[in-house]
Amino acid sequence: MNAKEKILANIKNNVPAIKEPMPQTNIAHVHFENKEEKFEAALASVGGNAITLSHESIDAFVAKHYPDAKVITSTIDGLTCKNKDANEQDTPHFLEDVDLAIVEGEFGVAENGAVWVKNPKNKHRVLYFIAQRLLIIVPKGALVDTMHEAYERVKFNTSGYGTFISGPSKTADIEQALVIGAHGPTDACVLFV
Amino acid sequence: MSQGHPELAEKFIANDERMHWHDKALWFVRAKRDNASKGVAEWEDLRDCAAKIKMHTIDHLDSYLLEFEKNALAKGIHIHWAYDAQEHNEIVLKLLQEKKVQKLVKSKSMLTEECHLNPYLEAAGIEVVDTDLGERIVQFRKEPPSHIVLPAIHLKKEDVGTTFEEFLHTQKGNSDPTYLTRAARVHLREKFLNADAAMTGVNFGIAETGGFVVCTNEGNADLGAGLPKLHIASMGIEKIIPKLSDLAIFTRLLARSATGQPVTSYTSHYHAPVVGGELHVIIVDNGRSDIIKDKDFRQSLQCIRCGACINTCPVYRRSGGYSYGYTIPGPIGSTLGANRNISLYKTLPFACSLCGSCSNVCPVKIDLDQQLYKHRQTVVAQNLLGFKKHTILKVATWVMKHPKILDFSGKMARAIVPKLPRSIVYSKANLWGKQRELPPFPKQSFKEAYQAKKGDRK
Repeated sequence: MNAKEKILANIKNNVPAIKEPMPQTNIAHVHFENKEEKFEAALASVGGNAITLSHESIDAFVAKHYPDAKVITSTIDGLTCKNKDANEQDTPHFLEDVDLAIVEGEFGVAENGAVWVKNPKNKHRVLYFIAQRLLIIVPKGALVDTMHEAYERVKFNTSGYGTFISGPSKTADIEQALVIGAHGPTDACVLFV
Repeated sequence: MSQGHPELAEKFIANDERMHWHDKALWFVRAKRDNASKGVAEWEDLRDCAAKIKMHTIDHLDSYLLEFEKNALAKGIHIHWAYDAQEHNEIVLKLLQEKKVQKLVKSKSMLTEECHLNPYLEAAGIEVVDTDLGERIVQFRKEPPSHIVLPAIHLKKEDVGTTFEEFLHTQKGNSDPTYLTRAARVHLREKFLNADAAMTGVNFGIAETGGFVVCTNEGNADLGAGLPKLHIASMGIEKIIPKLSDLAIFTRLLARSATGQPVTSYTSHYHAPVVGGELHVIIVDNGRSDIIKDKDFRQSLQCIRCGACINTCPVYRRSGGYSYGYTIPGPIGSTLGANRNISLYKTLPFACSLCGSCSNVCPVKIDLDQQLYKHRQTVVAQNLLGFKKHTILKVATWVMKHPKILDFSGKMARAIVPKLPRSIVYSKANLWGKQRELPPFPKQSFKEAYQAKKGDRK
């Protein structure tokens, strides 16, 4: 017997005759009166920030808030602040000098400040992590209450990669002291447009 | 194991100040967990649901594993099966050698710790870099992680400072956590960019989609796995969940239970390799399928490795991760270790006050305290208790079964013990009195006092 057969045979022999049924997973859960407010508070609590763009363009916002960013890349078409094509090469290492990555997020989750990022146009998933700073563009009003609604919208019928991003990269591995900016972005802003 | 939990814990508590510091550091995390869980009104429903999903999956594990494999293969993910640690390590090495990998970056995986993968690969000449900050710190120091979520929780920032002075040439005497984290960031960026392959663990394997989820705060798993062309993920068979939507339950519980965060910074779903790369998942048993047959211990396979039971455990907090002598410390480690080898880990079920706090915080409701209580009975039944403790308990059992003898011995003890010299009362036979003082002996037993009172009333 190979390993697979041995493992499966052992499981079959060992599982009980009376088995636990699959429970109902759509349990009753919290709904927020003001999802925007909750999202902002949750994101702030994990070191991120959320801003709603009123009349400015994304380019103007970037110029104002990221004056030091030299290398800017984006998966969004038509931005003039972009000066590097994130999909240019097949090997992602050329992204190591990116100061700011502007990427699209599909929707935010109010309870935890996370944004679902699954961008089929983006060739290199490492972009979200290798950039020094991250700006996530989310359509205004695209917010759900909890992870329950979030997973109703998440699909993996085909292959791919997607991630919930909640704030910047962080660690508390040295004496429980929170440090923002471990390996990934030191700053993660969510911009509702 | 030459030394059991009491002997190893003795070393830890020798430094009283550090023991209390450790206790407080863990309690701080436990308090954050409490705050986070209390902010979710449906918390108990989530726990209940999570426990049932896990038990359902374990009861149907063979079919869910096959479903996972079928769907993963359809997405171009390679699947391997490893019956034990040795097979797991051989598969990893073969994959690395096929691609001529010299440098490997790893994100946190307690499974690879369990398999002792690092020394195995290093012996074959492969550079293995643990990229979680806490894991990198202990790797520099040639120590194992002392906690499954907080690998360097036993260290003070000054310890990390001196370690980094040696390995990363940081400023002498600078132990500022931000400064040290930045130094590690620069050091590890270079490792990420030069790695030939990446390894990660798996938090959840999804049968329905054939993909898996990895949760980190630092982003090290994604940064590691997103650069090289080869990504190998090691997954214990018990990590499977049936559906993608089940993740709603588990992602709401995991980080809140672990560190009190509403969710980890990154909850990443892998359903494909990187462009032009390969993604391999190794499904590992290593003793897990044996645990299924025992109804008393089956629940331990529900564990999602959040560490909440460890943070709350009064014994762990005061004895440290290294006192367990097993890859996973604390209540969950004690039951898993005892399941693996009761003779080797016979002291672990006793590293417990049976307070039950672990079971109360567990997000998947594992009956940890009950399991440890049952393991104790196995230890006794298999004559592993040790002559002294065994004899004392045997005598005590016999005495307590004979009320007249119990009364008489009590009387004798109350009369004689207070007159005995310390050297006899606190002799080596008095294990309990090693670090404790006996209370003053009362004149009467409870029974005598009760009878006297009853007499007064009449």
